[in-house]
Amino acid sequence: MQMKNLILTVFLLALTQRYAEAGEFRVALVFDKGGKDDRSFNSAAFQGATRAKEEKKIFLKHVEATDDNAFEPLLRSLAQKDFGLIVAIGIAQADAVKKISAQFPKTRFAVVDAEVPGPNVKSLLFEEHEGSYLVGAIAGLTSKTGKIGFIGGMDIPLIRRFELGYEAGFKKVKPSGKVISNFIGVTGEAWNNPAKAKELALSQYGAGADVIFAAAGASNGGLFDAAEEQKKFAIGVDSNQNWIKPGFILTSMLKRIDVAVFDTIVEASEAKFTSGTRRFGLANQGVDYAIDQYNEKLLPEAVRKKVDQLKAEIIAGKIQVPDYYRKK
Amino acid sequence: MRALLQPVLAVALGLALGLLVTAVAGESPWRVLTILGQSAFGSPYDLGMTLFYATPLIFTGLAVALPLHAGLFNIGAEGQLTLGALAAAAVGALFPSVPWPLAPVLAVLAAFAAGALWGYIPGWLRARRGSHEVINTIMLNFVAAGLASYVTLYLLKNPESQNPETQAIGAGYVLSRLTWFGDAPLSTALFLALLAAFLVWAFLWKTVAGFESRAVGGNEAAARTAGIRERRARILAMTLAGGLAGLVGVGEVLGNAGRFRLGFSPDFGFIGIAVALLARGRASGVVAAALLFGALHKGTSDLDLETENVTRDLSLILQALVILSVSADGLWTWLRKRRAS
Repeated sequence: MQMKNLILTVFLLALTQRYAEAGEFRVALVFDKGGKDDRSFNSAAFQGATRAKEEKKIFLKHVEATDDNAFEPLLRSLAQKDFGLIVAIGIAQADAVKKISAQFPKTRFAVVDAEVPGPNVKSLLFEEHEGSYLVGAIAGLTSKTGKIGFIGGMDIPLIRRFELGYEAGFKKVKPSGKVISNFIGVTGEAWNNPAKAKELALSQYGAGADVIFAAAGASNGGLFDAAEEQKKFAIGVDSNQNWIKPGFILTSMLKRIDVAVFDTIVEASEAKFTSGTRRFGLANQGVDYAIDQYNEKLLPEAVRKKVDQLKAEIIAGKIQVPDYYRKK
Repeated sequence: MRALLQPVLAVALGLALGLLVTAVAGESPWRVLTILGQSAFGSPYDLGMTLFYATPLIFTGLAVALPLHAGLFNIGAEGQLTLGALAAAAVGALFPSVPWPLAPVLAVLAAFAAGALWGYIPGWLRARRGSHEVINTIMLNFVAAGLASYVTLYLLKNPESQNPETQAIGAGYVLSRLTWFGDAPLSTALFLALLAAFLVWAFLWKTVAGFESRAVGGNEAAARTAGIRERRARILAMTLAGGLAGLVGVGEVLGNAGRFRLGFSPDFGFIGIAVALLARGRASGVVAAALLFGALHKGTSDLDLETENVTRDLSLILQALVILSVSADGLWTWLRKRRAS
């Protein structure tokens, strides 16, 4: 009798577990070039998704496309495999998401950095210029030479937006200062070229810059190496990168892709998914500058106070940060 | 018969070794093989994707195989196909109102001509100046990439997109899709590829120029003594090869994307070398080898989704193992000797 009970219990347990597995919400994450270990852009998305996996017990699959032609088949394969939500990271996937979301109206999609219309697509956009303005001001308040540098990954309007905001923030505190600016490349390879980033950083430091901000995905590592070699400052991007070379990374321009991805997954898993565009700026802490145990000694009280004051003025609308997207 | 047996055995051996690797990674080899097979041939869509990847590989495989017969090693197919695709897109974007039957012909000619130019240059340099085509074709790959970036971003940029791509081609240029394969972007360019394979075979084995090419590749001094103009034969072989690689642009631009996109090729030019080597230079072999590599490309793309430990990088491992086992000449002679004794 006892034996029978035991078997029954085990059987029932197995059944419920099966059921739980079948009922798991399935999420797929498709990374841009650079991959999930870029410690910057894609890593932020992966962090958010991993947190959702741990807290909400979802099923998570993450893949990386090898070339720009691979996004579409990859998204299609995922849609065919009954994923409840597919999160596409990066602007390169915009066209593929547009096409596949129309073909699979029952699957929900989210895309970071691009605006894709559609009843089943959520676009997650960030006000990069606002956060860049703050780190530009920090660079200006820290720089002794009055010259700072900017290194962009791929030369596209999105990254020009970082550059313009950064320059405006710098000029606000150092009106006569100078910004040296370079871009790594014109294709997706630019996100994954730390050697070129290092080369550019060394030449900018050589030209007198003592703080450099790079928005270049996995290429940022090259800048950090150069900063350590030259004993000068660097500014990280997207994720909090302060920990990578403590003492040399002044701060990081945070783009809270992790929060955006986490929120989107949780909403979708609770059947509260909404389509349309969601913007993340300074006001809702979607972009910010990073302060933690690795850089608190690098940023004196006076600098923080000044930057927080600028932040408040931007949120209140007293400062209009120039936006590359609205330039023309 | 032996000519067929060796590559087939080599492929089987390469696959077996590759699947052993997956066993080490903690995945059942049988399951990986099933996923590969299903993902490559499981549905009309999957088969269509396999053929879609095989199409450019037929062109680049031929672009490497043809000069091999003339004793030349073309590793510039990547640059040649980049310029071919760029030329097709440029014609389509600059003259968008050309009507249907004429438009694709124009674009095909442009793609062939641009690729042919990029084959002619190293061919001429080798024949007239004696500088080695391996070095020159590699270098020209970089020049082609730079040229394509410049034209795409500064002359023909699509203003509506942040991605590095040209404006769209006119409606008259678009090749019809083979609808039986569902959503797969497989177009009539596949037939062009098969036609090209046939023409390469006919050129090599049924024409005087083809005979001269093979003679130069077999023994240059003997060919010269026999009165064959070996320089001309070399230049012709490289020019035709470049043109063949350029035709990759037809499938990509006219059949798939409708525009030129920087970085569209996942190294089709270099996989073409593997295709030509596996085919041992034969045109029909190129078609078969391209199909195999297309299937590997498509099949392995689903490994990321279906398994925990095996990623699509297995594709590269399998390709390498297949090539290694094909080129393991010692192994095959040893096997043959054993059978004979």
